[in-house]
Amino acid sequence: MYNFEYHKPTSVADAAALLAKADDAKLMAGGMTLLPTLKQRLAQPSDVIDLGGIAGLAGIRKEGNALVVGAMTTHAAVAHSAEVKATIPALAHLAGMIGDPQVRHRGTIGGSIANNDPAADYPGALVALGATVTTNKRTIAADQFFTGLFETALDAGEIVQSVSFPVPEKAAYTKFRNPASRYAIVGSFVAKGPSGVRVAITGAGPTVFRWKEAEAALAGSFTPAAVEKLTAPSSGLNSDIHASAEYRAHLVGVMTKRAVAAAG
Amino acid sequence: MASTVTMTVNGKSVTGAVEARTLLVHFLRETLGLTGTHVGCDTSQCGACVVHVDGKSVKSCTILAVQCAGADVMTIEGLAKDGTLHPMQEAFRDNHGLQCGFCTPGMVMSAVDLAKHNPAPSEQEVREWLEGNLCRCTGYHNIVKSVIAGAKAMQG
Ligand SMILES: Cc1cc2nc3c(=O)[nH]c(=O)nc-3n(C[C@H](O)[C@H](O)[C@H](O)COP(=O)(O)OP(=O)(O)OC[C@H]3O[C@@H](n4cnc5c(N)ncnc54)[C@H](O)[C@@H]3O)c2cc1C
Ligand code: FES
Ligand code: FES
Repeated sequence: MYNFEYHKPTSVADAAALLAKADDAKLMAGGMTLLPTLKQRLAQPSDVIDLGGIAGLAGIRKEGNALVVGAMTTHAAVAHSAEVKATIPALAHLAGMIGDPQVRHRGTIGGSIANNDPAADYPGALVALGATVTTNKRTIAADQFFTGLFETALDAGEIVQSVSFPVPEKAAYTKFRNPASRYAIVGSFVAKGPSGVRVAITGAGPTVFRWKEAEAALAGSFTPAAVEKLTAPSSGLNSDIHASAEYRAHLVGVMTKRAVAAAG
Repeated sequence: MASTVTMTVNGKSVTGAVEARTLLVHFLRETLGLTGTHVGCDTSQCGACVVHVDGKSVKSCTILAVQCAGADVMTIEGLAKDGTLHPMQEAFRDNHGLQCGFCTPGMVMSAVDLAKHNPAPSEQEVREWLEGNLCRCTGYHNIVKSVIAGAKAMQG
């Protein structure tokens, strides 16, 4: 790892000021992606700004009919939260399936979505639940947030503060895990909520996407049978040593059907 | 760019010089000489480096020493008290839960964390909890037995 200047600001404003001032600063949440990247010398930031000292960035609260999760909330905190289990159990279930316990103790929702790994789980939840991301500058709808492979709508100086999830009527997440990394080879998050029926697919393509055909079928009848006959097109899907695009397309159908069954 | 960091390790306050990039595991092993914590993969996969930071198991190869300023760190060396093995360590010995022993410090630290929240874990729960701890020798069977026995012994 190349060396850098380390900062631990105590407010979002201070973090933003440090970010603006440094040559090439990187924010750090739990470091679960950033530190492995730095160790491999795939990045050489001049400064690392640790968000771990900012009170108020972690936490879960109910706000009207939405569940608001602070950017620094760890996967373990979401997985074990009584509030999350009571309002959006699918979200607790998803968080509890990320990586392993030690990754869940450090990794955060803000870091996961800012990184936008194509195989990450949270992007599926944000898109299917029609979530809104609040940064230090604005709010961004999930549909506009994830823009491409490891790309998001975030500007260079922007810091994710929280994610607001409208509470759905029903929702479920199913993933076909890579047995070594536990990342999603394909994950399907289905939700029936204030913004209708949504099906978000993660792991399969360069970034999360909505499977509109399945949404239309499920809007008619929210049953596994409604998606039984659908096949997702394999064009544009990822192909790698773990799975071909055709296999991933097949898994999109299977995972979606199982998610609908789990949502009940 | 060296600075100093102070934290509590196994109940004692320690201060040492670190660079910003110094990983906790290197601070523990090289500065403090606590070589019980191992580096297996150095890529956040194997769990040989698991220690507790503020009561939670984490991979010490994927956290900076400076991030732990003021934190309460517990390593495998902190478990035994006055020459008596911790019940989880004893359970690994009784159940032949190790062969080469390289993964063992991380396994034990991870298992102690599990037992604190789940005093009577099922085999399935133990296997799921140990997803981030790899062992190349045992085939896991006796590790799982050890953890179940150790968790039980920790209650007594
Ligand atoms: C062994 C292993 C297994 C894993 N398995 C899975 C899995 O199954 N599923 C899955 O989804 N993920 C998995 N992960 C990733 C994990 O979920 C982490 O949460 C994720 O890597 C982000 O880590 P972090 O929160 O520590 O962020 P960091 O690593 O600290 O940061 C990641 C990126 O986000 C930026 N960032 C962080 N916080 C903010 C913020 N508030 N605002 C703006 N930018 C920010 C950083 O600058 C950096 O570029 C795994 C990781 C490991 C090491
Ligand atoms: S050495 Fe830390 S996880 Fe392998
Ligand atoms: S006992 Fe050898 S790696 Fe586990």
